[in-house]
Amino acid sequence: MGDADDYIKPVRTVFVTVGTTCFDALVKAVDTPEFKRELFARGYTDLLIQMGRGSYIPTKSTGENGSLVVDFFTFSSSIADNLRSASLVISHAGSGSIFETLRLRKPLIVVVNEDLMDNHQSELAEELAERKNLFCARPQTLYQTIATMNLESLLPYHPGDAAPVAKLINRFLGFPDD
Amino acid sequence: MEKGNGCCFSAMTSNATILVVVTIITIILTRVLYIMYQSGKPLCNTTPQSVSTLIVLGSGGHTAEMLNLLSMLQKDRFTPRFYIAAATDNMSLQKAHLMEKSLVDMTGGEALESAQFMQIYRSREVGQSYITSVWTTIIAIAHALWIMIKIRPQVILCNGPGTCLPLCVIAFLFKVVGIRWSSTFYVESIARVRRLSLSGLLLYKLRMADQFFVQWPQLQKKYPRAHYVGCLM
Repeated sequence: MGDADDYIKPVRTVFVTVGTTCFDALVKAVDTPEFKRELFARGYTDLLIQMGRGSYIPTKSTGENGSLVVDFFTFSSSIADNLRSASLVISHAGSGSIFETLRLRKPLIVVVNEDLMDNHQSELAEELAERKNLFCARPQTLYQTIATMNLESLLPYHPGDAAPVAKLINRFLGFPDD
Repeated sequence: MEKGNGCCFSAMTSNATILVVVTIITIILTRVLYIMYQSGKPLCNTTPQSVSTLIVLGSGGHTAEMLNLLSMLQKDRFTPRFYIAAATDNMSLQKAHLMEKSLVDMTGGEALESAQFMQIYRSREVGQSYITSVWTTIIAIAHALWIMIKIRPQVILCNGPGTCLPLCVIAFLFKVVGIRWSSTFYVESIARVRRLSLSGLLLYKLRMADQFFVQWPQLQKKYPRAHYVGCLM
């Protein structure tokens, strides 16, 4: 599949996801000409936007005359395939998509939605950014992040597991360790 | 003379009433404090065969974390399993169902029979007005009570958000009244790095969670009774 395109230029997709939220500020931020130019200059060929419940409709582009191919959709039952085929993921700060992306070892920029009332989500993104597992941005700083980012500086995330919790629960209830 | 007697009598009854009320309140308070004290203690005197387990599924990320935890628990110990999710969240039960189904495929039968799935009304939807939420809260609590009377779980696993709160409070009241002793385990979401969520904070402060787990060391420092268990994801 996609063989016809492959010999022309390898596809490098930037996948933007807002989950089930409404995050027009992010969709607008990636839909600006300078942002798309910057992505293209960095070697990305496609921009795919999952726009969720937002009302801002980005402009599609077929990528003629040497520019980015832009496409969008609202929802999909699973974005796993989109994440897997992406070369860079730009995501809202929901923990679900953050960890799904990190486990696939894809470079990730998390954009915090500042319009949310209880904005505890920035905590997780900032903590993981401090640990260099991802980049954390706001809609207005996203362009800056893309323009200055160095993907080499990111460290892979080592997934944890629930074994310690399970052990403590079993002990508490008087089940023997096995 | 008669009048004096009556007056004396009424004074005595009112004194007696006060005494009775004070005694009852003291007994209840002592009982509540005793349960709070007893709750955090491991049940090491008995080795149970299996425990009926209520699993409260939050939504999105919460559900993913909970299913991760379940994958680590021995299904023959934690059985039967009751899954509860908010009535507005149809994804979570589907995911739990998928997980239970994969268990059946692995072990060959039985597992799914020990699992039940149910939905619970939420006290407040995002964006609902506070006036109408009084009424919906009453309905949600009544529904939670009905569910809890039906299943009387021995173990409650929850990790927020608010859906789990009425269930945990009812489980605590069951302990106070003596209907059912249960152990509540609360795992604060991985998204909480510096501050607890509201439901987490309430369960921690009211000592309604027998064991309270956090996924970041910063939180454990702030809430010393919590256990730091590392990231679940």
